[in-house]
Amino acid sequence: MSTAASTAPAAGPANAAGANGDALLQAIGLQKHFPVTRGIIFRHRVGAVQAVDGIDFSVSAGQTLGLVGESGCGKTTTGRLLTRLLEPTGGQILFDGHDITHLSMNRMRPLRRDIQMIFQDPYSSLNPRQTVGAIVGAPFRLQGVKTEQGTKQAVQELLELVGLNPEHYNRYPHEFSGGQRQRIGIARTLALKPRLIVADEPVSALDVSIQAQVVNLLEDLQNELGLTYVVIAHDLSVVRHISDTVAVMYLGKLVEVADRDSLYAQPRHPYTVALMSAVPIPEPVRGEGGTRERRERIRLTGDVPSPLNPPAACRFHTRCWKAQDICRTQEPQLTELATGHIVACHFPENTTAA
Amino acid sequence: MIGRRGAGRPRAGGDGQVAGATQLSGAMLEVRDLRVHFPTDDGLVKAVDGLSFSLDRGKTLGVVGESGSGKSVTSLAIMGLHQHTRAEISGQVWLDGEELVTATPERVRSLRGSKMAMIFQDPLSALHPYFSVGSQISEAFLIHNKVSRKAAKQHAVDMLGRVGIPQPATRFEDYPHQFSGGMRQRAMIAMALCCDPELLIADEPTTALDVTVQAQILDLISDLQREFGSAVIIITHDLGVVADLSDDILVMYSGRVAEYGTAEDIFWRPGHPYSWGLLNSMPRIDEARAERLVPIKGSPPSLINVPPGCPFHPRCDFASLTDGRSATEVPLLREIEPGHMLACHLTSAQRARLRPERVTAAAGGRGEEDGS
Repeated sequence: MSTAASTAPAAGPANAAGANGDALLQAIGLQKHFPVTRGIIFRHRVGAVQAVDGIDFSVSAGQTLGLVGESGCGKTTTGRLLTRLLEPTGGQILFDGHDITHLSMNRMRPLRRDIQMIFQDPYSSLNPRQTVGAIVGAPFRLQGVKTEQGTKQAVQELLELVGLNPEHYNRYPHEFSGGQRQRIGIARTLALKPRLIVADEPVSALDVSIQAQVVNLLEDLQNELGLTYVVIAHDLSVVRHISDTVAVMYLGKLVEVADRDSLYAQPRHPYTVALMSAVPIPEPVRGEGGTRERRERIRLTGDVPSPLNPPAACRFHTRCWKAQDICRTQEPQLTELATGHIVACHFPENTTAA
Repeated sequence: MIGRRGAGRPRAGGDGQVAGATQLSGAMLEVRDLRVHFPTDDGLVKAVDGLSFSLDRGKTLGVVGESGSGKSVTSLAIMGLHQHTRAEISGQVWLDGEELVTATPERVRSLRGSKMAMIFQDPLSALHPYFSVGSQISEAFLIHNKVSRKAAKQHAVDMLGRVGIPQPATRFEDYPHQFSGGMRQRAMIAMALCCDPELLIADEPTTALDVTVQAQILDLISDLQREFGSAVIIITHDLGVVADLSDDILVMYSGRVAEYGTAEDIFWRPGHPYSWGLLNSMPRIDEARAERLVPIKGSPPSLINVPPGCPFHPRCDFASLTDGRSATEVPLLREIEPGHMLACHLTSAQRARLRPERVTAAAGGRGEEDGS
C-alpha cells in the first residue's frame, strides 16, 4: 500500500506544487496541444488537438507505471513528452526532483543517458543497414562514453544480458526474428545504464509465446538493474502483469489511477469497468443445454470522440451508461476514493462495497 | 458430446470410402490434405503442409497459431487468392460439394464474394482509398447479381445500416479515410456479407482494433452469423477471441495441425505441449496474477528448414520423453477422444502426468460440468 500512496498523482493543486519525496519521475498538469492550422500563406490556427490535457502522476524509483487506454487517448504522446521527444505545451516534468520540462537540447543530452525508450515495432526501430554491434553500440558513440574493455566487449555483454548470442555481433537485423529484434532494441536501451525506461507497446507486435519471453526479460532486468518503467500498452492483461501502478487514460485525461491489485479487483471508473469487460477471456462459455454462449459484457457504443473537439465536462459522458446532467456540465476531478485509488467520476462504480 | 458438436473433424483418411472423387461429408467446407508450397531462391517454403478439417453450416471454427504457422495462407488458398504461378497448391477444398483447387479461376471467381467471402485484417489497406465505401460495397453486389445500380445502392445502404453504421445513406458517399478504424472494419464486414455468403473467413478481424471496438465487431460477426446461418472461420492469434466465438478450434504449428477439437477440448483438456505453452504463456485478466509468465522457449521454425520429426520438438520441454521419436518421426494426427485430434508422440499417461497444473486447474470442475 505504501507504494500506492507514494505513486499517487497530485490530486489537487495543493500537493501538485510540492515534489513527491521519492518519486523518480513526476508529471504535473502535463499538457500537449497540437495546433491545427489553415491557409497556405497566412497560416492561422483553427483549433488544437488536445492529445494530452493536463495529467498528473508520479513514479517511484524501481516501480512500474502502466499507462492504458484506447488508441488516440494520448498514451504515446505522453511517453514522448516524458522522454522530451515532444515539447510540452503546458505543465511540468520533474525527473529526480529537477524540472526538465523545457530544457534545451544541449542541457537535455546528458539526461538522455538516464531516460531511454523502447519502441513498439522491432522492424522499423532498427536500422537495417547497421549490424547489431553498431546498433547497440550507438549510444556509447553518441554520448562519447568510453568503456573499460572497449565498446565491442560492452555490446557483447549487453547482448548476453538480454539473452542473445554475443557471437551475433556482426549480424544484421533481418537475420533475427521479431522477438530477437525486440531484445536488440532492449539491449540498446540498456547500453548507458538508464534509470528510467519508457516502453511504448513493447510486446504488442510479438506472438503470444514470445511476448511472455520479453515480459519476463523486462521484469528480470528491472530486478537486476533497479530500473523504473513507464509501460504504455493497450493490452490490459499484460499491463496488469507488469505494472505496480496503473493509470487509465481517456481522451487526453487520466480517469483512474490505482495500484494494480486494487484497480483490477475494483475498477471504479465506468470506462475502466467497460475496458475490462471487453477483454476476451480465454475460457469458453457453455450455457444450458450445451449451446455455445457468449460472455456478458458492457457494450460501449460508438467510437472515441475526436480530441480536436472533446465533449464538455466529463469526456466520457457520450459513451457512458451512467451519465447524468452533471456529467455534461461539470468536469469531475480526480478524487481519492480509497487509499491510493484515484478516480475522476461523479458516479463511480464499486463504491458501496468498500 | 458428439451429437452436440456440429462441426466435423479432420479426416484421417480411414473412412472406408474412395477418397478424392467426391466430398465425403455433407459439411459446408471440407479441406483435405491441403498443401501450399512456395518455391523460392532459398528453398521450398512449406507454408501449409497437409491440412485437413471440415466445417458445418452455422458453426464457427477458430484457427490459432503464431505468425508463420500457415493460418493466413490456408485462408487465401480456400479463397483461391494465391497466384498459381507462385504457389504450388495440392489437396482438395470442397465447398458445398464443389472442389475448388482444380476448379477454373473463373468458377472460383464467381464463387468468391457470393458463396464465400473474407474479412481482412487491415481494413485500411483492404478498402480502396479512391472509391467511396458505398460504391465498393455495391460493386460486389452488382457483379454477382443481375440488379440495377439503384437496387445495388439500396442494398449497400441496407448492409451499412445492418452492420451498425449510423446514417448509412449519407455515409454511403464517404471515402474510407472518413471512417474510423472500427467503422472501416464494419464496412468490410458489410462488403463481405452483401451477397449472403455461406462461408465467411475472418482473418485477424480485430487485431488492428481497440478492445472496446473489438468487442463490438465480435458481437456483430456473431449476430450476423446467427442471422445468415453462415459457416465462419475465424483466424487469430488471440486465444480470448477464439474462446469467445468458436465451436471448434484448430491449433496450427508450422503449417500442420497440432491439435483439433471443440473449444472445451482445447481450453479444458488440451493435449499438445504447444497448446499448453500457448495457454500458459498469456497473462490472464480473469485469474490471480501469476508471479511469472511461462513462455515457450525459442522461436517458431523457418518454413524452409522445418525441423525433422515433430516440428515443435526443438521448443518442446517433453521431447526427450519419446525415445527420440519426436526428432525423427512426424507424429500423425490421431483421435485421442471422440472428436479430439492430436499430433504428438507422448502417450496419454505421459500427457496426463505432464499437463501443466494451471491448465489442469482451469479445467477443474468445469470439465465435468461439460460432460454431463
